[in-house]
Amino acid sequence: MKLSVQINEGPYQHQATDTAYHFTKAALENGHEVMRVFFYHDGVLNGTRLTTPPQDDRHIVNRWVELAEKYNLDLVLCVAAAQRRGLVDDGEAERNKKNATNIQEPFRISGLGQLIEAAIQSDRLVVFGD
Amino acid sequence: MADLFTVNKSPFEKNSLENAIKFSTEGASILLIEDGVYGASKGTACESMITGAAGKKFYALKSDLKARGIADDRLIDGVEVVDYAGFVELVCSTDKTQAWL
Repeated sequence: MKLSVQINEGPYQHQATDTAYHFTKAALENGHEVMRVFFYHDGVLNGTRLTTPPQDDRHIVNRWVELAEKYNLDLVLCVAAAQRRGLVDDGEAERNKKNATNIQEPFRISGLGQLIEAAIQSDRLVVFGD
Repeated sequence: MADLFTVNKSPFEKNSLENAIKFSTEGASILLIEDGVYGASKGTACESMITGAAGKKFYALKSDLKARGIADDRLIDGVEVVDYAGFVELVCSTDKTQAWL
């Protein structure tokens, strides 16, 4: 079955992002397709490469990256949420004249249309948040 | 088939479990995750919400129960324990999933 996931909460603040990760992983391991993971609101904070948790803690950002690399996952940050919270890729840095970027590849920044498309094209959309 | 509702708040903190039960239709599945699993404990003031909900199925996420020290023998009768694969299975076997955030 084709699934998509929406995450509304940031890492290390609420369990939502952990639950979403384990759900997504279980779906992929059980042969389902995950079309897209859409990070909305504070969820965009899952996508900064500057995250440095203590070594004995889970690395939430890298965990997404590893899953994305293994299963070719599409990880999308909402652009308006990203701008508000200072999540910047090359395009956004140029557009908004910022002198740095912090997005972790393969996360990408795009619009709400990506969420709507995922909802339409997937068999199920599952939302995680507070 | 009917819908799946996820509830991630303790019923002692928020009324989301109560609302999920109230607004879901017969045949609905209600999955307790995160702090929502506190609602699956036996012998609490909230127990009757689940035992009194006819025609609805209740599930609780195994790792969240374990993380909160809720052993299987403390669960309300009829609440089924599922792991993440079971969560995925519930999502796929119901019409749609509504997170009761």
